[in-house]
Amino acid sequence: MADTADLSKGLPTNPEKATLEGKNKFLGMFVFLAGEVTMFATFFGTYLGLRDGTAGGPEPADLFQLPLVFIMTMILLTSSLTSVLAVYAMKKNQFQKLKLWMWVTFLLGVSFLSLEIYEFVEYYEHGLGYTSSAFASSFYTLVGLHGAHVLFGLGWILLLLLRYRGTGVTLSNAPKFYAFSLYWHFIDVVWVFIFTVVYLMGIGA
Amino acid sequence: MVSEATNTLKKSVFWDWMTTVDHKKIAILYLLAGTLFFLKAGLMAVIFRIQLIAPEMEFISGQTFNEFITMHGTLMLFLAVTPIFFAFMNFVVPLQIGARDVAFPFVNALGFWLFFLGGLLLSLSWFFGGAPDAGWTSYVPLASREFGGVGIDFYVLGLQISGFGTLVSGINFIVTIINMRAPGMTMMRLPLFCWTTLLTSILIVFAFTPLAAGLALLMLDRIFDAQFFIPGEGGNVVIWQHIFWIFGHPEVYILVLPAFGMISEVIPAFSKKRLFGYTSMVFAVLIIAFLSFMVWMHHMFTVGIGPIANSIFAISTMTIAVPTGIKIFNWLFTMWGGKLTFNTAMIFAASFVPTFVLGGVTGVMLAMAPVDHLYHDTYFVVAHFHYIIVGGIVLGIFAALFYWYPKMFGHKLNETLGMIMFWLFYIGFHLTFFIQHILGLVGMPRRVYTYLEGQGMDTMNFISTIGAFLMAVAVIILIINIVYSALKSEPVTVDDPWDARTLEWATHTPVPEYNFAQTPQVRSLDPVFYEKIHGNGKMKPAEPLDDIHMPSGSILPFFISLGLFIAGFGFISFHLDLFISPYVLIAIGGIVTFGSMGLRSMQTDHGYHISKETVEEMEKELS
Amino acid sequence: MNGWKRFLQFAPLMAIVLLLAGCGEQGLSALDPMGPQSQWIFDNMLLSLYVMALVIVVVFVLFFIIIIRFRHKEGDDEYPEQVHGSTKLEVAWTVIPILLLAILAVPTITGQFYLSVGAEDIAEDEEDIGDLGDADEEIAEEDIAEDAYVIDVTAHQFWWEFDYPEGFTTGNEVYIPEGEEVVFQLEAEDVIHSFWVPALAGKVDNIPGVTNHLWLEADEPGVYMGKCAELCGPSHALMDFKLIAMEEDDYAAWNEEMQQEEEEPEETLAQQGREHFEEEGCLACHAVEGEGSAQGPTLTNFGDRNQIAGFLDYSEENLRDWIRDPGALKQGTNMPASPGLEDDELDAIIAYLDQLEAVDDETTEELEIQ
Repeated sequence: MADTADLSKGLPTNPEKATLEGKNKFLGMFVFLAGEVTMFATFFGTYLGLRDGTAGGPEPADLFQLPLVFIMTMILLTSSLTSVLAVYAMKKNQFQKLKLWMWVTFLLGVSFLSLEIYEFVEYYEHGLGYTSSAFASSFYTLVGLHGAHVLFGLGWILLLLLRYRGTGVTLSNAPKFYAFSLYWHFIDVVWVFIFTVVYLMGIGA
Repeated sequence: MVSEATNTLKKSVFWDWMTTVDHKKIAILYLLAGTLFFLKAGLMAVIFRIQLIAPEMEFISGQTFNEFITMHGTLMLFLAVTPIFFAFMNFVVPLQIGARDVAFPFVNALGFWLFFLGGLLLSLSWFFGGAPDAGWTSYVPLASREFGGVGIDFYVLGLQISGFGTLVSGINFIVTIINMRAPGMTMMRLPLFCWTTLLTSILIVFAFTPLAAGLALLMLDRIFDAQFFIPGEGGNVVIWQHIFWIFGHPEVYILVLPAFGMISEVIPAFSKKRLFGYTSMVFAVLIIAFLSFMVWMHHMFTVGIGPIANSIFAISTMTIAVPTGIKIFNWLFTMWGGKLTFNTAMIFAASFVPTFVLGGVTGVMLAMAPVDHLYHDTYFVVAHFHYIIVGGIVLGIFAALFYWYPKMFGHKLNETLGMIMFWLFYIGFHLTFFIQHILGLVGMPRRVYTYLEGQGMDTMNFISTIGAFLMAVAVIILIINIVYSALKSEPVTVDDPWDARTLEWATHTPVPEYNFAQTPQVRSLDPVFYEKIHGNGKMKPAEPLDDIHMPSGSILPFFISLGLFIAGFGFISFHLDLFISPYVLIAIGGIVTFGSMGLRSMQTDHGYHISKETVEEMEKELS
Repeated sequence: MNGWKRFLQFAPLMAIVLLLAGCGEQGLSALDPMGPQSQWIFDNMLLSLYVMALVIVVVFVLFFIIIIRFRHKEGDDEYPEQVHGSTKLEVAWTVIPILLLAILAVPTITGQFYLSVGAEDIAEDEEDIGDLGDADEEIAEEDIAEDAYVIDVTAHQFWWEFDYPEGFTTGNEVYIPEGEEVVFQLEAEDVIHSFWVPALAGKVDNIPGVTNHLWLEADEPGVYMGKCAELCGPSHALMDFKLIAMEEDDYAAWNEEMQQEEEEPEETLAQQGREHFEEEGCLACHAVEGEGSAQGPTLTNFGDRNQIAGFLDYSEENLRDWIRDPGALKQGTNMPASPGLEDDELDAIIAYLDQLEAVDDETTEELEIQ
């Protein structure tokens, strides 16, 4: 329990897993993400099953702009890196650095999301509405679900940063920052799959 | 009910139950809610069996019949059997592993309220244009926007919400069992009920997420005009069946594994013998859980997937029979050489074994893909899965109910009424369902609201309905038993009324809110039995007596769920003519849910402590 | 083991089988198979039943020994020996089931190919199989043996449309020649249905957007009952059809007759009926001899029907009720009620429909006796 850990010698080396509560959060987050994997797999499967179902509407190869998607990929990968730097700082009990890198992560996430919205607007103007075809529905749903995850992650880290803006690293907030970084990596990995399966295979096919 | 003496904080009864995060109280909430849905779904079954008692009956119409069968299946699987299992898991698992509570007490309460309000949302469909009517599988296009009524919207949103509750509860159990075990309680000393809870929870995590995805697709199709399942727009109707059964087959094991676990607790307790082949039992469950994800297409042999895929899935389905057979024989040999006491709990548990074999062998017969072209979607399948679900799962639940009842409620259920109930239920069950195998083979498809005269089905359907009446009477006797026992039964004052074996019997009856005053030291499988033979009959403590930290109750789980309930209703109301705009409802629901979540993350809640003196006082009072 | 012992062993099983065969209606029950495919299915069901009976007997015998022998006796409070397990036993009850399953696995695989249409050809093209997107494995026309007789089946809520290669259509009743393999090409118009003639073959689903195939063969001429086996709406239970197998010559004559142009009705009442039929707009959904729309069942050979709408006995009274208000008899049907129709108009229409025949009465009677 949070109150039983001995803090007289400063923070332990792994503050996120030092308490039973922290360990529970860590494992719980992992199990949750495992469930998310199968959920995304289902959406991927649906997309693969339906991507040829364009019903005479725009096809993947007509729409996708690789340079834009490449920039988005780079932004999200970088944000994953900055969240690693933040956790690294947390383990060294450097709270200012933790905050700094988390804010950078947040801003990168915001720019990724803005580009995604821009991208969707572009496609819409090219005639790909949500209800245009089975391909359109499954594309917007898969990529949009990922976008919704990014949005949720941004809200989460914003809340953490605001609430703990002056507390320093503690045994109760370390597991929370750590859980967020796990979640953020997961989102990043999902995007890598989207980049490959949706965009690269879409243009190749 | 858990006696007030076991509580240290004073609250009004209503507020206490609304805000509780105590796993034992949540268990009782699950049990009550699950029982209500069970009775409701059972009543529907009696009504549609009356419709089928004679050919060309006009007791209910085809449309009403379809609504009843759909709700019967959906309620039984999602909202009756699953929560009743969660009731026992919640109550028993922390006690069996020697923990003070589950890993996430708040999430535990959230899981309950999500399930309950989700179920309520689904049930609201009766008042807004009719229940879902496309079968519990809701195959598209029958469930798509063109052919399915507004009932399907309730199905989609109701299950989405309650499914989310099931998912978070599953995560909670996994973390609890892995992280919260008492000292000495290694994985290979876990009672089998904990093992099956762990594996069921893992299956929930991997199976309910595809279901959530599938339901989301159906919702988008129905409410936002997406084209996933519309053949003319590039969609594909078979994808729904794949997604549904990737969830649906593991779901069968999500339900049957806890029953396996319950049987594995009750049979050793009343045979006075340890479980035969514990290790192979554990590995058998592991294999079953793994294989359950490899067989979904055996529900789709007639869809035209092709002979090679059909053959692969037929063989993988058959292999499940091997670990299941191992379990059957292990149970038999647990009883072999034992000293069997046949009280109600044991007679339910023992009769489970041969009954489940009957359901299992028809499972192997169904796995033969080419012959399945005959069985598929006939009453043969109906008979098969009721042998698994009623003959397996429900018998297991009744055994568990009679077995754990004294620990949960402080008194035993009446044995005479229990025995009457058993025989009525058991005979009624076989009358209802055995004959249905043959009905299927003589050409009766499932889900037909009537059948024509002169097709050789009259007598068998009549017998089947009589059996259903017997089962209904048995359930009524159970309710009488519960009321009668609450009024007349002697209170149980000893910790271990059955002379049982596992750790839950080391706690006091009624169980104090902190479970164990001192965390016990586990020295063997069946720790309580081990201390009876090798110790003084009491568990050795693993820590000194000290203040006990407890989590605080919270009303937020209820509000988070309520918000989703409102938002879910908002989504449905796109297809309803209400005085209020759907967007308003969705916004209100969203604000309530996310607001409560935000409030929760802003709160600093360290829980509270029960002082050493209070603990000592309570221990003295209870022993 | 001598033959007598073997007989004794299997006698109870055979009794069960005979009992089973006694259940159900001939021409419907799958326990009384009337064609090679259903015979194969029946034989292999029995095989699995034998193997499974073995398992059941072992478990039940053990179970009853246990509950009789090992009861707790009053006053005996010693704990029994705490046995951990037995490797030998556990290996035995792992290996023996595997062997039993191996027996069943062989016919499972061979049977799957026996039942499939054009399976050999697909098997070569492995890429198509097991892929999520290609559930609707198209079997190209050339994959089906060239001499196969292919009838298109389109399932509707709640009736069946049969399109013959010769270009004519029937509704709810399909005629085939006896002793010849017929391939059914299965499609659906609205929701999923499933094509099932229990006495002749297993079922295969009719799925919108997917084309499936099923072959069957009837050993003897006769009327076989068919059903829809997939929940398809309120009147799913009433979505029956008939499959009529005829002798080669009769079938050829029937087929010839179906391709003829419509003849003028001979009786005056029927002639009036034809006029009313047109005036009332029946042709908007029902075609007769190719004339009219194909939205509803074709009525070209309505007078030959065994049933009205697939499930009502063919009688003047039933037909009258049906035309007056079909929705009252078959919930959710697309056919509208005709409350404004005068009684004499209805009589005329019925007379007209009744003389729409393609089979002479003699053959019909012969079939019914079968």
